[in-house]
Amino acid sequence: MTDRNRFFDLGKKGVTRRSALKGIAAGAGLMAAPGFVRYSQAQSSAPIKIGFQAHRTGIGAAYGRWYEKTTNAAVKLINDAGGINGRPVEIIVEDDGTDPKRGAEVVGKFASQHKTDIVYGTLFSHVVVGSAPTAGELKIPYYVVSEGYHVASGKLNRWVFQPGITDVRAQVTSVAPWIAANLGKKVTMIYPDYAFGYDHRDYFTPAIKAKGGEVVAQIPIPPTESSFTKYLPQIPSDTEVLYHVMVGPGVLTFVKELGEFYGSSKPQLFGFIDSLEAVDINSPGLEFLDGSHFWEGSPRYAQENDSEAQKAYRAAVGIDDNGASTSDSKDVSTAAHMFGCWETLYVIKKAMEDSGYKGPGDRAKLVEATEALKEFKEGPEHPQGDKIFNGKIHQVFGHQNISKVEGGKLKVVHRTSIEDGMYEPEADYTTQPL
Amino acid sequence: MAFGPHLLLATLEGLVTAAVLALTALGLSLVFGVMRIVNVAHGEFFMLGAVLAWAITTVVSGNPAIGFALALVLSPLIVGAIAWVAERLVLRRIEYNPEATIVATIGLLYIIQQLALTFYGPEARPVTPPFNIRIQLPWFGYSGYKLSIIAASALLLLATWFVLTRTRIGLVMRATQYDRETAQAFGIPVGRVYGAVFALGAMLAAIAAVLIVPIQQAHYLMGLDPLLLSFIVVIIGGLGSLRGTVVAALLIGVSDGIISVFFSPTLAKIIATLVVAMVLVFRPQGLFGTAAK
Amino acid sequence: MTEGSTARIYGLHIAVVAVLVALNFVLPEYHHAVLARVLVLAVFAMGYNLLFGYAGLLSLGHAMFFAAGLYGAGLPLYHLGWGIAAAFASGMAAGFVVSAVVGLLALRTTGVAFMIVTMMFAQVFYLVTLYFGEWTRGDEGLVLPQQARRIVFGGTALDLTDPTTRYLLAVSLFAAALFATLAVVRSRHGRVLVAIRENEERTRMLGYDTFANKLAAVVTSGVICAAAGAAYALLFGYVGATFASVQYSILPLLWVLLGGAATTLGPLIGTLFMYYAVDIASGYTSAYMLVVGVMLILLVLFFRRGVLGTVRERWARWLP
Repeated sequence: MTDRNRFFDLGKKGVTRRSALKGIAAGAGLMAAPGFVRYSQAQSSAPIKIGFQAHRTGIGAAYGRWYEKTTNAAVKLINDAGGINGRPVEIIVEDDGTDPKRGAEVVGKFASQHKTDIVYGTLFSHVVVGSAPTAGELKIPYYVVSEGYHVASGKLNRWVFQPGITDVRAQVTSVAPWIAANLGKKVTMIYPDYAFGYDHRDYFTPAIKAKGGEVVAQIPIPPTESSFTKYLPQIPSDTEVLYHVMVGPGVLTFVKELGEFYGSSKPQLFGFIDSLEAVDINSPGLEFLDGSHFWEGSPRYAQENDSEAQKAYRAAVGIDDNGASTSDSKDVSTAAHMFGCWETLYVIKKAMEDSGYKGPGDRAKLVEATEALKEFKEGPEHPQGDKIFNGKIHQVFGHQNISKVEGGKLKVVHRTSIEDGMYEPEADYTTQPL
Repeated sequence: MAFGPHLLLATLEGLVTAAVLALTALGLSLVFGVMRIVNVAHGEFFMLGAVLAWAITTVVSGNPAIGFALALVLSPLIVGAIAWVAERLVLRRIEYNPEATIVATIGLLYIIQQLALTFYGPEARPVTPPFNIRIQLPWFGYSGYKLSIIAASALLLLATWFVLTRTRIGLVMRATQYDRETAQAFGIPVGRVYGAVFALGAMLAAIAAVLIVPIQQAHYLMGLDPLLLSFIVVIIGGLGSLRGTVVAALLIGVSDGIISVFFSPTLAKIIATLVVAMVLVFRPQGLFGTAAK
Repeated sequence: MTEGSTARIYGLHIAVVAVLVALNFVLPEYHHAVLARVLVLAVFAMGYNLLFGYAGLLSLGHAMFFAAGLYGAGLPLYHLGWGIAAAFASGMAAGFVVSAVVGLLALRTTGVAFMIVTMMFAQVFYLVTLYFGEWTRGDEGLVLPQQARRIVFGGTALDLTDPTTRYLLAVSLFAAALFATLAVVRSRHGRVLVAIRENEERTRMLGYDTFANKLAAVVTSGVICAAAGAAYALLFGYVGATFASVQYSILPLLWVLLGGAATTLGPLIGTLFMYYAVDIASGYTSAYMLVVGVMLILLVLFFRRGVLGTVRERWARWLP
């Protein structure tokens, strides 16, 4: 259980001071630790061990902290309700430093040292892609919560799944018609110059074209950049919609500089909330966003028509009506993504129950059982909404929310249908040998 | 946007970059020039400056300018104290051995980053600028605060120049930089000068960070870029040359801005980096330095 | 150098390789996999050490040589379907070309200017991997398909994803790099490099072409690092821009300084130490970077020349 206690160590004051002290004490322990800890094989009554590959340090740490909180809340509920196949679930956390090399090492550590049943929880695409070969070689199921179009593209392997969150391709495909119909047809895209940005570029451009719109300019920003104003004149003046999807700590700067640049005579703005996850929408300098629109996976702010399941989920994770921590209203969550952890854990539970999973020997059966899943109903296990799962490409499809910034809150103004985001699958993992 | 205004905007942006860079690099140049050590943790002092600015402005209520002014004074002092302690406890004991210093300052980098992550958190947090004026030009709007950074940096650079060339402290530093042994023979307490220089270098980085944090949020990983850019500026400018450091910062900042007018962003970065690298390849001693050692 | 010390030196190095081979049969699964990865990265560190430790040239751009090997091997395998041997050779060739060009330009500078120029070239290389995202998939990178990572000779196939095969290949690469380094540092060229490190001006006065010797060192170092990068891509199946970023230029410097610069076995010790420092510390606390930072500082306080460097200074002066 020590690992579960560690959930509370990162990020929040008080407890973290203790972890820092523990850190110093551990320095002494290190010298003596041989590094050859023996882990006993899972027994039938022993807990099901889930290796959680977490971004505790590195660029993904802001997301990682909320992924841990959500995971913790879901596991508590699962255990209170009797666990999986009558066995309690134990989460073992390893930090991947948001680094693909360490990510692969951590997957190896889960499989062969911690002897976890599966690996789960990665967000950043480069860590997913870097870790996938190791998961495939060690034949350990790897459930990611990343929203990248890597799993569905068919370029990974049969052991990697993304059953709790939709991928970028589905997201942009489903919001494009709404943008063309409500905001404008001439779109300029600003995106980070890496794979996450390419997916936006490659799938949004044809999607908006299909609805009579066009992308008039594409401006990829290198990730080493920390100020953006000098690129803003590259936005054509006939732009009707500015489509922005920046990530990383520089995004606040980006939005503020956009505000200074345009003042009140701005084009319509459509952004991905990825830019402002864990950031208060009422931060100084963000007034400019008032009236603009955002994609959200799951709404950050409580909505009037929230389901009971959504309310229960928010209470369990510990976020208030503004999407901030119930214990600290300044601590804003990554609500648009972290629901994926919750839903993925319930998918794992369902697949383990369907396959009668007993231990690492049943991993192949678990993969097949996951592939056999077809749909998930909205409810306590899937508070974001119902979903359709495609077992061939290991990817889930769901509803997307488009929210408008109004009075310092995000209000959902449109919810896409699942079909809006469906596309022709490009792969079939089920033909690969297990 | 028309070419002229675009160029003007890019140049303004370049000047802001140069202003902050010159201050950060000046700090590194002092440490590098006087102590002859590569301080890998310099960027972390910059980050600490920004994080402390956030902490101070959050505690102080009322007009944002009050909190900001307080941050501008307190944050560099705290960072300087931390740097001084690190210098006394670690660098002095390894006798400024160049290789051991690299490892030690990497260790320091890990420690400062982890403490920032643990106590401040992984989020990027904004600081309210002391004043919010948007200057509307005929072609685009521009932040008045950004322009004030250029002025503030120029003033601070002048002050540093004055201290280095016109005061006894500056004389002592320059003597130590010129010849450590002789300085010692003339009764200059070299050890204490080193401690002071290390602290002063960190303080300059912290001041630069406080100035920048209202336009670029505080984040625990923000130290890497200023570190790398400062190294570049110091070497291009020529070791130990204040004038060179300022000119190099202008060269890098403004060329980065202007090149961005002509190319897509990533290509512009590639070309700007190559241009500056080539300056060094064909003028290895830097713009104003005697041969770098 | 006496006959006895030559025998002792070769004896030690052969013994180290023999122990590494033997470990294949006794290590637990996890540590077996870790050591395979560490050995490949140690080759990266050894390439770095050749230039930094022996020739005294501090580069902050070696990530570009590692990444040249990584992409040089990974891209043709992924896009053109090349075999393992051809891909590995192409990775080394890429390292050769990049290091020769960088060496020719960067060696016009010395000292800290060399450090900065190499860092900037490496930054350019990193941005180029992003700029050509169409082929490299930028930061996200590419997975080399498992079925492509095998060497077929006639009827039998050598599967690089098999743990034992991978481990033994990593040891082979390590041994090759180790003895290559040993041969270089004990050669005339190696002694000229040390002379350049100690006093370049005097070495030139003595009639040695210091530029040619330094260029040779940059290229040898670049090719060894590229071999490590190519092996990393082929053995572990992932190619991504992270490996071209500046952290991966600082890491080999850190590994070498920890293990002991200008010692043939120091890079392995440094790499191994850093891996387990992070791995074990993170098992005790989420604030493990603090522990690692404190350890680094303690280490330099007591082992200023790195582990093996200090051992050599105090106890075993014969260590190469």
